[in-house]
Amino acid sequence: MSLDTTLQDKAFKSVGTRPTRPDGVDKVTGRARYGADFNMPGQLVARVLRSPHAHARIKSIDTSKAEALKGVKAVITSADLPDLSNGDEGLFATLDNCMARDTAKYDGHAVAAVAAIDEKTATAAMKLIEVDYEILPHVVDVDAAMAPDAPLLYDTVFTSGIEPAPTTPSNVANRAELGHGDVEAGFAAADVTVERSYKTEQTHQGYIEPHACVASCNPDGTAELWVCTQGHFVYRQKCAELLGLEVSKLRVTSSEIGGGFGGKTHVWAEPVALALSRKANRPVKLVMSREEVFRASGPTSATSIDVKIGATRDGRITAASATLRYTNGPYADMWAELGAMTAFACYDLEHVKTVGYEVLVNRPKVAAYRAPSAPMAAFAVESAVDELAAKIGMDAVEFRIKNAASEGTRSSYGPVYGPIGIGPTLQAAKDHPHMNAPLGPNQGRGMACGFWFNFGGQTCSDLNINADGTVTLAVGTVDVGGSRASLSLVAAEELGIDYQDVKAVIADTATLGYNDMTDGSRGTFSSSMATISAARNAIQIMRERAATMWDIPVEDVYWEDGHAHAAGQNHGNRAPLSVKEIAAEAGNTGGPIAGHSELVADGAGVSFATHICDIEVDPETGSSRVVRYTVIQDAGKAVHPSYVEGQYQGGATQGIGWALNEEYIYGADGRLQNPGFLDYRIPVCSDLPMIDTQILEIPNPNHPYGVRGVGETSIVPPLAAVANAVSNAVGVRMSHIPISPPRILAALADAQDG
Amino acid sequence: MSSIAVSTTINGDDVEYLCQPDETLLDVLRNRLGLTGAKEGCGTGDCGACSVVVDGRLVCSCLVLGAEAEGRSIETIEGMADGSELHPLQRQFIEHAALQCGICTPGFLVAAKALLEQNPNPTETEIRFWLAGNLCRCTGYDKIVRAVQAAAAEMRGEPA
Repeated sequence: MSLDTTLQDKAFKSVGTRPTRPDGVDKVTGRARYGADFNMPGQLVARVLRSPHAHARIKSIDTSKAEALKGVKAVITSADLPDLSNGDEGLFATLDNCMARDTAKYDGHAVAAVAAIDEKTATAAMKLIEVDYEILPHVVDVDAAMAPDAPLLYDTVFTSGIEPAPTTPSNVANRAELGHGDVEAGFAAADVTVERSYKTEQTHQGYIEPHACVASCNPDGTAELWVCTQGHFVYRQKCAELLGLEVSKLRVTSSEIGGGFGGKTHVWAEPVALALSRKANRPVKLVMSREEVFRASGPTSATSIDVKIGATRDGRITAASATLRYTNGPYADMWAELGAMTAFACYDLEHVKTVGYEVLVNRPKVAAYRAPSAPMAAFAVESAVDELAAKIGMDAVEFRIKNAASEGTRSSYGPVYGPIGIGPTLQAAKDHPHMNAPLGPNQGRGMACGFWFNFGGQTCSDLNINADGTVTLAVGTVDVGGSRASLSLVAAEELGIDYQDVKAVIADTATLGYNDMTDGSRGTFSSSMATISAARNAIQIMRERAATMWDIPVEDVYWEDGHAHAAGQNHGNRAPLSVKEIAAEAGNTGGPIAGHSELVADGAGVSFATHICDIEVDPETGSSRVVRYTVIQDAGKAVHPSYVEGQYQGGATQGIGWALNEEYIYGADGRLQNPGFLDYRIPVCSDLPMIDTQILEIPNPNHPYGVRGVGETSIVPPLAAVANAVSNAVGVRMSHIPISPPRILAALADAQDG
Repeated sequence: MSSIAVSTTINGDDVEYLCQPDETLLDVLRNRLGLTGAKEGCGTGDCGACSVVVDGRLVCSCLVLGAEAEGRSIETIEGMADGSELHPLQRQFIEHAALQCGICTPGFLVAAKALLEQNPNPTETEIRFWLAGNLCRCTGYDKIVRAVQAAAAEMRGEPA
């Protein structure tokens, strides 16, 4: 039965409450099992040898001494992961990133791996592998990589998306252009324009749990993988393709996941662990060190962005344009294009144009990081919007309200919006007490908006009615931050039973149909749709069973408040049957009762947020501190408000870290100089105040309960909100993220000199 | 290198193990004793996910050698609940949704318990600075601080 996704006018009983989570006790007692907490009999320990060079040809690899070391059971190079990509460029990029073929393309690129009886032996063996490198010129900076004389990563890349096609190779893989109208005409109509260039540095998702897996390949061609991942079905697919396994023979179980934020949507170590296990014929455990996590996994793009916005004196934007250059690492993707799509999504613009350039550099392959590419674009655009508002003498919030997109607006990336939350979040910001609170000395206030698309995608759930009438809900979207609680609430709501009678679990790849990853803020959005669908299918069966028990036509049985009711004058005096009563009779009425659901969750509602930030800057040292922060975001419908607030607070904090401190620092040799939490400084508890949240609920018309994804948008506004706050505090426009103390001091010195 | 025999106390139980001279207490707990509640987030003492208490002192177990546990008393997350009765901190972390992914939670709980044993009535600032050695990437710390405040109040016997 296909799901009717029409928004229901419904008074909720379970959805919107805040019960404790089903995995809570396991996680506060240390019993929850994460990626590195699983072991198998006879398991070996793996280590990966990584390139110390930013760019180097691999002339030869001699593994003979390592193989000869006692206790070493397998050594692999790219020869053990042959190219099965069959022309699929994305798959080849994944393969080459897992294990370098002829060229090491960044500091930390895997070149060989070892499996041995223990870590000490594996480490010793790794040091016995002899790699003969020919060091090549490298480039890590986005603008330097676009220069005509830049060292090339490939002589086979000719920028696509340009007519006529270029005849010389470059590091720019693709140019994408979006927008509508005539921006030149729009700028000509402007009374005031702002034009400025911005840079942001590369950051890492910074999940506290390093990548970890246990792989076990059997001689009969079957294999198992235990792994921390945001998408075990996707990992199964990728690993099967890379290793030439049949999908059905590879069973992947997702462990509890210790943070992902997009960084655990891509395979790195897993194909390597499987290849080692296949060669050694033993289970292999591979856990990345923190240094490896920084050098070889993640990160987001470093960017260079130019923005131009024009407006009339009365505050209407006439045209907006942006050129966005995003590092991709060594493999082409669409990170700049995503930035170009999101840059002006908050605004109603007649004339808008964005151009994105995908730039190849000798840095790790870029991975998704929470609303990937949007925070940097929002930083540039929201900084320019603030500057423009000041230039025409308008309040920053009023200016945005006047230009905000609304239902019916054609977005800058194409689609026409349905009901959206940008206007309401701005109005809520304007009305928020934070906006009018007094500021202290050396303090500044900034605000900014953000947008994210949100995704839906393929989803599958099973809802089993157990013999005692309790419910087991099996879902295939990994729980990254409390979705088992949210989905249990949804099942309870739809069935009309108590939350405590539902237990949600994450099923492995052998026991449930395919599910896309938990990414694009889709976990609770899409799996709640599948849960509602599965619950409705189970209700249909329970109605049939009740009809059998009563010996009346099923058409005369309706479902309400967790009970089957007999309708019609002939059956009206029958006592309703509860789920428990129907379940108890299941063996006599047709067997086990379950509802299944397989669907593509279309209609993910777009998401908007407005943030307000107060910063205090010490002009002597350049150090800055967030003293107050408020997040206002549309959730559509907050299923479990505590975990919605948690997403808002967590995303804002990641954005604050990005804005003020976090950055990859490369030496002249192209080596990463700060691959650790001491030197790559994420926000700590004493850096922050409480993060206030305000949940708005503008229902998504494409979801039965109005749910929108909430996970990502909260990281989009902070870079700009912080930058605007610092700029207002020090009186100098800050255009380079992170706004670290040295950059603030330099900006203050420049302003004095100027 | 030959192993070292160690006799120690873990969560009140006498425990004996052999370990290598260069093996960390964290590796001993996780790999030899099956106590995987302490997590390795960095291995360099920067993230606090491996926090344990040794003779009453809060430490990162990745910076302590297994051999150093000889004759000492070690408390880990596995010993925090009293049977089926959760410690107030554990209960308040669940009640306040103070965890999302939960990987940092054992370290935060061990650290917060050590704080409240020294200072039953900490200010928000004192809580924030005490917990500054424990990294959380999910929550923004807001709900963690509130959970610690609530547990502290409960342990002082104040009405909720």
